[in-house]
Amino acid sequence: MRKKDYIFATMIFLIFIIILLRLWQLQILNTEKYKKLAEQNRIRIIKIPAPRGIIYDRNGIPLVENIPSFAVSISPEYAYKVDINILAKILNLSAEEIEKKLSKKYESIYMPIRIKEDLTFKEIAMLEARRSELPGLIIETEIKRHYPFGPATAHLLGYLGKITEEQIKDNLQYKNLPSYFMVGQTGLEKIFDDKLRGTPGEKIVEVDALGRELRLIKESPPVKGEDIYLTIDALLQESAYKSLETLTGAFVAIKPDTGEILALVSSPSFDPNIFVEGVPQHYWNELINNPQNPLLNRVIQGLYAPGSTFKVITALAGLEEGVITPDKVLVNCTGGISFGAWTFGCWKKGGHGPVNLRKALVESCDVYFYELGRILGIKKIHKYATLLGLGSPTGFNSDEKAGLVPDDEWKKNDKKASWFLGDTFNTSIGQGFLKVTPLQMARVMAIIVNEGVKVTPYIIRGNEAKKENLNLNPKNLEIIKKALSAVVNEPEGTASGARSYIIKFGGKTGTVQVISKKLKEKVSYKNIEHHAWFIGFAPTDDPEMAFSLIVEHGGSGGAVAAPVAKNILEGYILKKRQLNVKN
Amino acid sequence: MLKIDRRLISYFDWITFAIVFFICILGILTLYSATRPPLDEGEQPPFYVKQLIWLAIATLTLIAFVTFDYIKLKNFWLIFYIIGILLLIIVLFTGKTAMGAKRWINLGFFSFQPSEVFKIIFIISISAFLEDKQSPLSIKDTLKALLIFGIIPFSLIIKQPDLGTAVLLFAITFIMIIYKGLPVRLLILLLFIFIISIFFLWEILWEGLKEYQKNRLIAFIDPSIDPKGIGYNIMQSVITVGSGGLFGKGFLEGTQGPLKFLPERHTDFIFPIFAEEWGFIGCFILLTLYFTLFIRCWKTSIIAKDEFGKLLSIGFTSIFVLYFFINIGMTLGIMPVVGIPLPFMSYGGTTLVANFIGIALVINVRMRRFELFYP
Repeated sequence: MRKKDYIFATMIFLIFIIILLRLWQLQILNTEKYKKLAEQNRIRIIKIPAPRGIIYDRNGIPLVENIPSFAVSISPEYAYKVDINILAKILNLSAEEIEKKLSKKYESIYMPIRIKEDLTFKEIAMLEARRSELPGLIIETEIKRHYPFGPATAHLLGYLGKITEEQIKDNLQYKNLPSYFMVGQTGLEKIFDDKLRGTPGEKIVEVDALGRELRLIKESPPVKGEDIYLTIDALLQESAYKSLETLTGAFVAIKPDTGEILALVSSPSFDPNIFVEGVPQHYWNELINNPQNPLLNRVIQGLYAPGSTFKVITALAGLEEGVITPDKVLVNCTGGISFGAWTFGCWKKGGHGPVNLRKALVESCDVYFYELGRILGIKKIHKYATLLGLGSPTGFNSDEKAGLVPDDEWKKNDKKASWFLGDTFNTSIGQGFLKVTPLQMARVMAIIVNEGVKVTPYIIRGNEAKKENLNLNPKNLEIIKKALSAVVNEPEGTASGARSYIIKFGGKTGTVQVISKKLKEKVSYKNIEHHAWFIGFAPTDDPEMAFSLIVEHGGSGGAVAAPVAKNILEGYILKKRQLNVKN
Repeated sequence: MLKIDRRLISYFDWITFAIVFFICILGILTLYSATRPPLDEGEQPPFYVKQLIWLAIATLTLIAFVTFDYIKLKNFWLIFYIIGILLLIIVLFTGKTAMGAKRWINLGFFSFQPSEVFKIIFIISISAFLEDKQSPLSIKDTLKALLIFGIIPFSLIIKQPDLGTAVLLFAITFIMIIYKGLPVRLLILLLFIFIISIFFLWEILWEGLKEYQKNRLIAFIDPSIDPKGIGYNIMQSVITVGSGGLFGKGFLEGTQGPLKFLPERHTDFIFPIFAEEWGFIGCFILLTLYFTLFIRCWKTSIIAKDEFGKLLSIGFTSIFVLYFFINIGMTLGIMPVVGIPLPFMSYGGTTLVANFIGIALVINVRMRRFELFYP
């Protein structure tokens, strides 16, 4: 035998040894590691979303429902193998769209990539038929949120969206949820997300490499989220939205004795049902580029001068301080008063003649309140305005704006200027620096009709309302209430045009000048129209609700806001009667 | 030719045949396990049945190839070789494309891989060519051999593209030349040229590779670069082998293959399926079978009565050993993934028949070692 024959044999032997050593390493030294990996290969943990809790109105009408829907996903390890063209054809999507989704960074090798949601039965059938060509295909059943009242409840309930990075940081519970899980992004859906979400179930299944489920190993069912019962009256809410739908504005009604919020509407609104699928870009752009800002909840975040609705507070201050009596004629209105170089006009150019408190409120005489303001001084006006809750949030919601009640100190600190009597005049009739939210004004109304008890508005039924007695003289409140009833129900009242034969309601109109009259003559765009206010209560005898309503750039309170309020109330009453008849 | 000397039957190498046959049976069992459907799909062709039929065909072929004296092949080597090269050219023009490569010729009733047929022709030809050359080889003969058996088939096969087979055949040409004998100086010079040319040709070679071939090489160096793409095969293969442990999960108890985590589980990646179910002990036994087989083939080259027989045996031994090492090496993640089947175990008819012809010729050499040259 030759030497090289041995070299040859040695080579064979070496190969034998090398392979054996490698097998030793894999099968003996690291067997546990690979056993675990092999196990993970064939086991998939599927999170099953729990049905979210239902949100009901005060009468048990669901404001949001759960509807089953189907979605198609692809197992990530098959992302590069799937026939994109077949998928695109069946799902009516562009190939690029699908490619983009598939090429995204995967969270985990076992977390399916969502391709399309809300499949039709036809789509499901076509996918099933071509399953062998679509490796990694997973069809999932899920529950979709549906808002039967659509835009009418959008600001109230908010909407759902996929979990964002920040939310995961803020709420560690979200970490265990797959990214396509929907959680509350705004409104009650967000505030009560923990309660509504429930506990997701878990399914451990054996799968093959195509992601097909072969065997169920373990299953823990999801636990449905808790239901929430609101103080909202769906019928009033809907009626309010319908009346405001074409306008820009807000309506909020509260039960005066308890603080329960009966309706909360901000217009324009948006359709939360579109958000359920993840907002389409064009819809989102439309919303954020809309100058009317549909995403703003005007009830708690809209800041406006209260206009003449503030006269209710000036009047109350006058009565409480004892500087006026109901029948005392304080001024003889000739259409305005002069103060130094300035003239402060009344809205009625011809003047109201001799004016007492009742007439001042019913006909909204500015001159009367200028004089009353002068007598009271800004400190007193500030005192009563803040006592009635202006200048600070009502405590309903953390997103609320505080508003502003000015006084001399504020002006000195903030504007670096001294307070003038003219400022007091402006404040007395609700103009100038004052800023309020519609919710604050609704509560002012509630305090007036509820014997001076200040309630904190709330929306979840069963909550204990915070109440505070302001120790106002019931007689004074009654005087104001009667006058406010006359505003609507007597011919000379500023809201007499809105008088209703179906429901007797009272209130105060307000018209907020957006720019000065001089300027107004020069420009004539729609958005220099006045803001129209109406704060009121109904029915007049034993008020069950106090409300406030604003129509931005609507015109005058009497001509625009009061009739809208009438529409809302009548629409509500009629609908209620209709349902009662049916029942 | 049909007149069989009784002596030949008693000289027939039953042990080699038994080992090969046993490995084939193990292969078919593994094939059955690997392709058993996890769901009642009924879509899987019964690979193991097909392979059983091929085993029968291969056995008959083996018998046919031991009946005549291998020495007669020597005279026809040039004709064989030309036919082989023609087949390789034909496949480039008319070949059936599968998985991006033209490797098959379709004859209607079945398709076959010319490169498998060529392997046999190649060993016979190179052995015949080298037999009557003086040892050590002259520079002229060395270059001739390198050109005829190295460069020409390499360029044709790499075009299919079948990088694995091309490189393998080139390597075998080298082994055969070295085995035949080279002056030490020439050997050193060749190695030197080889290293230098790799150095210079690397970029050209690299650019010449298809994208997937490059990716395979990259993935071999670091499978974690693309665990869901090219590296997937390697990682899944290693997981499959490793999860077998010492005793294995047991026959038909493996999960990686039937659940289709392992691609190509019935062809190139059949070994991991075996390793998962039979464990380290099973692998040790299987490796020992192969080792014994290779050593017996090698021994044949030593005891062969003539130079042609020696070269023939060492040629086939080399081809088996290299296929075996590269296939198992790639499934264990110590070799790059090239499409090389495991001899006698991987699914595939042409390959099985070709390998049986190889074994038949080695047995042929062994059983005729006592025959006289001039009876």
